[in-house]
Amino acid sequence: MDIHRFEKLWIAIALLLIIGFISTVAYGSLGPGVKMIDNSGGTIDAEEVQSGSSGTGFDDPGVTKTGPNEYEVYVKAQQFQFIPGTSQPIEVPAGSTVTFYVTASDVTHGFNIAGTNVNTMVIPGQVAELTVNFEEPGSYGIVCNEYCGGGHHTMEGRLEVVPQSEYNSTEGV
Amino acid sequence: MAFVDEYPDAAKVVRANFGVAFIALAIGGLFGLIQALHRTGVFRGLINSTDYYTVLTGHGVLLALVFTTFFIAGLFTWGVTNSLERSLPNPRLTWAWFLTMLVGSGLAAIAIIGGFFPELPLSADVLFTFYPPLQASPVFYIGAALLIVGSWIAGFDWFRTFWAWRKDNPDERIPLQTFMVLTTMIMWYVSTVGVAIEVVVFLIPWSLGLISEVDPLLTRTLFWYFGHPVVYFWLMPAYFIWYTILPKLAGGRLVSDALARIVFVLFVILSTPVGFHHQYLDPGIPEGFKFIAMTNTMFLLLPSLLTAFTVVASMEHGARQRGGTGYLSWLWNLPWDNPAFAGSALAGIMFAAGGFSGMINAGMNINYLIHNTLWVPGHFHLTVGTAAALTFMAVSYWLVPQITGKRLQHRNLAIVQPYVWFVGMTLMSNAMHRAGLAGVPRRTAEPEYNVVDATFPEVLGGMGEMQIQIALGGTLLFLGLGLFLVVMTGTWLAERGRGTLSVNSHLPAALSGPEHSPRVLDNLRLWTAIAIVLILIAYGPPIASMIGDGVLNPGSPGFPV
Repeated sequence: MDIHRFEKLWIAIALLLIIGFISTVAYGSLGPGVKMIDNSGGTIDAEEVQSGSSGTGFDDPGVTKTGPNEYEVYVKAQQFQFIPGTSQPIEVPAGSTVTFYVTASDVTHGFNIAGTNVNTMVIPGQVAELTVNFEEPGSYGIVCNEYCGGGHHTMEGRLEVVPQSEYNSTEGV
Repeated sequence: MAFVDEYPDAAKVVRANFGVAFIALAIGGLFGLIQALHRTGVFRGLINSTDYYTVLTGHGVLLALVFTTFFIAGLFTWGVTNSLERSLPNPRLTWAWFLTMLVGSGLAAIAIIGGFFPELPLSADVLFTFYPPLQASPVFYIGAALLIVGSWIAGFDWFRTFWAWRKDNPDERIPLQTFMVLTTMIMWYVSTVGVAIEVVVFLIPWSLGLISEVDPLLTRTLFWYFGHPVVYFWLMPAYFIWYTILPKLAGGRLVSDALARIVFVLFVILSTPVGFHHQYLDPGIPEGFKFIAMTNTMFLLLPSLLTAFTVVASMEHGARQRGGTGYLSWLWNLPWDNPAFAGSALAGIMFAAGGFSGMINAGMNINYLIHNTLWVPGHFHLTVGTAAALTFMAVSYWLVPQITGKRLQHRNLAIVQPYVWFVGMTLMSNAMHRAGLAGVPRRTAEPEYNVVDATFPEVLGGMGEMQIQIALGGTLLFLGLGLFLVVMTGTWLAERGRGTLSVNSHLPAALSGPEHSPRVLDNLRLWTAIAIVLILIAYGPPIASMIGDGVLNPGSPGFPV
């Protein structure tokens, strides 16, 4: 088999590109510490989430302070709302580290703080866990970005990152 | 002698498959236009926003599954017959797989169309990924299963033809086109196992009420085990065309037979153990498995990058045979007014762009930014929607005359058609990619939210401009589709015998032929075994952990749509 020298060069560049891509992803996780959504949230019974008898934070979803500048937010996704998020915004203070636990009580949904990389699938039976730093105050839209039924396009919510001084520190929503 | 005269039975099979493919293309394309106008808010008078998802399901299933599978079945029937120079052995078997696929597609289509009529018990508004626990009518799942089973029998039919040829030609190299068909089908057999288990073991019994719950994560994992290789099931036939037909259309010959074989072998090995890259953002799957899939995915770039070189080199060789000179000015010597050439070449150019956005998708951490946004359909309209679809349309201009014995009609329309498609797709795909970067989700009837100001901030040109590009692009694509269908219908209905055909199925040998390519490349058993080992590594542990707590747990009851 004879391979033209240009093609050999091309193959070498292609392999370099591939290894380069893999290296950037490896660096992303080892250097800046970009963590993928994984199995750390564990599993849950979707029907118990539905009935509010799971014995977890999903029975009374919302924001809880867990440490100095650290918060936990349980969000329940169901056709066609986020609880909390849709009827009342999720409120967290600026400069905080927030861990979201998101699960679904009925079908598969998506949870995306639009325009950011806060994005996860919400699968019944699984708890998505993702930790986010909110540096600046701001207002964000949350959209369900996985088709979840005829009213899918109405499923949205809001996240308010308020200045520390204005935040009611005892309780979120 | 035209193919239809040499192999009338095979030509009939190809015609039947192409006929179904083009009908699916027409309906699916119409649905695409309705979507483009609806979700951009240009025209919402035809359907309401709930029916949008019925249309979207129809668009995905009819184009990505029915159009592609039937077209590929026709193309491969021609390729096997042409390159082995013998007919398929048993016409009854051949028509059996065609009918199985047809009945399956019909059932799935009926279930989908039922979604427009709430008074009917049929519905399948589950999109073409049909993630449980959204539940479609059993008719949909049974139809999908029959389509796949039919394609399996078709593959068996081509293998049988090959085995018969092998008996008569024990020492010859597998002809390149047949080699490509067989490797594609091996990849298809290995990968469709996932969706077959999902549908037959879980979804059909579940939709019939025989089991009450299924595990949503396990079933979507089985789907994506199949859901990425299906992309290669669309692409490998496009490569088949680019490697074996395009060089001839360009006026030359394929540069290297060996590299073509290597590329297809790489696809057999690497296409399947990558599915988790569609599930980077799924909870319940450890990061390490996602990393393995990411690495395999990146190496899967290699066959496409090799193809880019070989195909462009073959085109350059053709152009130089036609008098082309210079570093780049040979490009002008290519037959850009031959629609079969122009469509295939433009599809290849668009595939390069699609390849780059695919590299972004494959990047595990950057995937957070674009997962489930409009970026993703922007990407795959360049791959399946152009690299495959436009190549298939283009080669039809060359192949349909040969399977009907009729000269191509409305040639002027055919000449402009690939360019209309190219411009339409440039507008639509570009805007979709950019909207996706801004966070606009895919799969939504109305991407305008109450929280919209906070939702989709700074985008170059703004949302309005992107919506217009998408609507305009979608309309041009529909126009391009219309032109194609006019040419095909005109050709199909034309009279035979008005002059001899200007095209034939003879394909020139490669510059560096099979005598220079290592024999081990034809060892299909070896490549299949390596593929299975890689799949066991990539999928064994995660599937084991998902079924460790019971195959139906954590379970979800069905939510009928």
